[in-house]
This record gives sequence, structure tokens and C-alpha cells, in this order.
Amino acid sequence: MLKFTADHEWLSIEGDVATVGITQHAAEQLGDLVFVDLPDVGAVLEEGGAASTVESVKAASDVYCPLAGEIVAVNEEILADPSLINRAPQGEGWFFKLRLANPDDATALMDEAAYLALVG
Amino acid sequence: MTLPDDLRQTPLTAFNIAHGGKMVPFAGYEMPVQFPDGVLKEHLHCRAAAGLFDVSHMGQVILRPKSGRLEDAALALERLVPVDVLGLKPGRQRYGLFTAQDGGILDDLMIANRDDHLFLVVNAACKAEDIAHLRTHLGDECDIEELTDRALIALQGPQAEAVLSTLAPEVADMRFMEVADVVLLGSPAIVARAGYTGEDGYEISVPADRAVALAEAFLADTRVLLVGLGARDSLRLESGLCLYGHDIDTATTPAQGAIEWAIQKVRRSGGARAGGFPGADIILAELETGAPRRRVGLRPEGRAPIREGAVLFADEAGGEPVGRVTSGGFGPSVNAPVAMGYVPASLSAADTALFAEVRGKRHPVFISPLPFITQRYKRS
Repeated sequence: MLKFTADHEWLSIEGDVATVGITQHAAEQLGDLVFVDLPDVGAVLEEGGAASTVESVKAASDVYCPLAGEIVAVNEEILADPSLINRAPQGEGWFFKLRLANPDDATALMDEAAYLALVG
Repeated sequence: MTLPDDLRQTPLTAFNIAHGGKMVPFAGYEMPVQFPDGVLKEHLHCRAAAGLFDVSHMGQVILRPKSGRLEDAALALERLVPVDVLGLKPGRQRYGLFTAQDGGILDDLMIANRDDHLFLVVNAACKAEDIAHLRTHLGDECDIEELTDRALIALQGPQAEAVLSTLAPEVADMRFMEVADVVLLGSPAIVARAGYTGEDGYEISVPADRAVALAEAFLADTRVLLVGLGARDSLRLESGLCLYGHDIDTATTPAQGAIEWAIQKVRRSGGARAGGFPGADIILAELETGAPRRRVGLRPEGRAPIREGAVLFADEAGGEPVGRVTSGGFGPSVNAPVAMGYVPASLSAADTALFAEVRGKRHPVFISPLPFITQRYKRS
């Protein structure tokens, strides 16, 4: 199940684990990313809490935790090479995996068509 | 983004938009912050080949001596700047500062000797105040005219000479800080071999109605890429050049800003024309005693950019702030974050370790010599 937030994050959900990243649209708007800060594995985050920070050549932006849950993995490859986010924001440039506290909450998020309509 | 509708346009605004410029308000103008290639590529291309910049928002001002003698205009301007204007030879320009009575800096500018007049280029955000300042203090001796019907185009980078030479071969012989009349595509242009990137290059003043044709001609050269304000900022930051209103302002003196080099000996204590500019007592005394704080380069240890406004501490935890970052970001050519800021003189030695607070965390930074890159001006 692929879901989106109005804060330009995507979630690919399998069972109770969501892989989270930023959308193609967000990556384009941010420009070339040069630094990313990821949460610690094991961190328990609230919905809407600051999960990560990305820095482009222009500015710093926060990435929010789209749903409540526990961080179970982070993408070390984007730490080493933040430009991976620009190249494949909705693939290899994922940020973290989140074990959802309430998997059913995901149904309230936007699907891809709704998100694309939002940013269109 | 919606732009306020009272933003001013330059002769190249439509050109910038047509070439995909992402337009933002800057100093009252609608200016491109980047083009489709993005800040990183624009920056690196400028250092590798040539970048084309619309800097028409800057103020172009002519000071013409009413007496007809240029030295009268030069001496009059010396009452406002701590710079040797009288000693500036025809066809040469130098960097200058408008100073305030308390020793602060009102603006920085370029001053060119154009034989029968002086030609000034001032910052967009300050130009109205600068021109009023000139009229108030120099109006008796000089006619002061803002050239509002001209564009200013910068062509910067190691290939700038080759590119501009295709239109005017004589520019290859110009030296850094030389200013000349050059005909470009049949139009009279004022060309200065100078810039704001640390690279060799030119700043070209042309009649407004010729700007698009000239910019298109440059851009038709495959060595040239359009560059926006984003990369202009990272280029000048890597080169250790001050951005007025950020790295220097009314609260900083020349010695604090580490731009003492802009004050020639003749205007310093003991010089033939010592002082005689606003704030001279404070500014000249500080040149002798040293400033209590100084602008320095800062190299963050990690990969996280340290940006303007970040507070500096001497220790990893606790203690009072010792300084502040005034410019900072990622340096694409350095391939690392770079910054500038103010620190107490006692902490300003190269390699001194400090800490910059970003999002509540203190990151190690080291005082670094400026510039961060090797400047490649054509001095001889």
C-alpha cells in the first residue's frame, strides 16, 4: 500500500512496517541535497514529530514522522550520499522504516492520485 | 510562490524566466535564485567553464566633477570612503566602503576611474540610501546620476575570457580590476575584469535594450551556463567575499570585518590623506590596536551545513555564546560545508576549535583561513 502526506512524505506499507521517504515533488523543490540527519533506530516518534532534517544547497527542511511508531531501520546510504534522494526519492532514497503503532491509521492518508492532485 | 506585484524587473527578467529561472524577490527585484540545472551544477560549471549572471539589480552611479577635474570628484568621494580614490589610475577600479560616524559600514561598492568621471557600482538593497548619501555630501562638487537604463551582466569562470573574446578580442589583455570601453555586438559597453565568484571574469554594463541580445549571444556559447543567486552566494562564500547586510553591516567596522586591506596606507594614520571620512577616529584606531572581534572563515567538521544565525560557543556544553555565523552553507567546490562568522579576536587564530549550535546540537567547527578556494584572478 502506497500512501502520501500533505507534508510530501510517502509511505510504502507492508504489514505494520512503513518505509518512509520524501516525494519526487519535494526532492525537486528542495534542490540538490547535501546532508541528511536520520533518527536513531529504536526511537519512538509521534505523528507529526520531527523525524529527520535534510539540507539542500539552499536551506534546511524538516521531515516529519507521518504516523506514530518506532524506527526499526534507517537508510545509511543516504547519509553517505544525500544525492541519492534526488536521484531516486521514491526508491533507493528512502529515509527510514517505521513500525506503525496503529497500522489502521494509514488508511486515512492520501493515495497517489490525491497527492498528485494536491501538488499538481 | 506568489510574488508581490511591486517587485522591480531588470532588463533580463523576461530572459531569466524564459530560461527557466526560479524567480524570487531579492532586494526589491524579481530575480532568479536558480535555473533548471540547479545550484550545485551552476556553481560547479562556473568554476569549470563560465557562468552568466544577471546582476542588473545593482546600482550603477556616475559621479561627474562639476569643475571638470576628476581629482575634485575623487577628493570629494574620499570624504565618504576610507579608500585611496585620488590614486586610482584611469581605467582602474577598486573596492570601497561607505562608512558611518560610529565606524560601521553603510555599504560596500566598486569605484572606477573612467577618465572624466567616477563610476560606482553599489548593492541593490542600499542603492537608494547610497545615492541620497552621495547627493547630501557631494552634491556641491559632483553631478550624481544613477544609470537606470543599463543592465549589468557578469560572465565568470576560467572560460569567461575565451567567451567574451569571441565578441571583443581586446578583453583578453585586460588585467584584474581594469575597466574599459568595449563595443559588444555594436553597442558601447563598460567592461570590468572583476567579479564576485573568486574566478577570473568580467562585469559588463550595457544599455538596457541590448542586454537580452548580449545574454543570448553568451548563452549560445556551449561553455556558458546561466547561474542564479543561489550559486552566486555559494561561489562568493567559498571565495571568502563579504555579502553586505550579512557579513558586514552598520554594526561592523572594517577591522572587525577583516577588510582592512580596503583602506590604503595613504588614508591611514600617518598617510598623506589620513582620515577625513566618517568614523575615521574609530576605524583608524582599530587598525592600530586590532578589533575586539573579527570575521573569520569556519570549517564545520561534519557534513551538516552551518547556516547564517547559528550561534558559536567555545565549549561543547554550557557557557555563553562567543560569536555568530553570518554566512554559511554547503560549498560545492570544497565539497563540504563552509561558513563565515564573527568571533572574539582571542579565538580567531586558524584551527581554533569552536562549536556551532544547530537545532539544539553543538557541532565542532574550526577557524579557517579565507578564501576556501584558490582565487583565480588575472593579476598580470
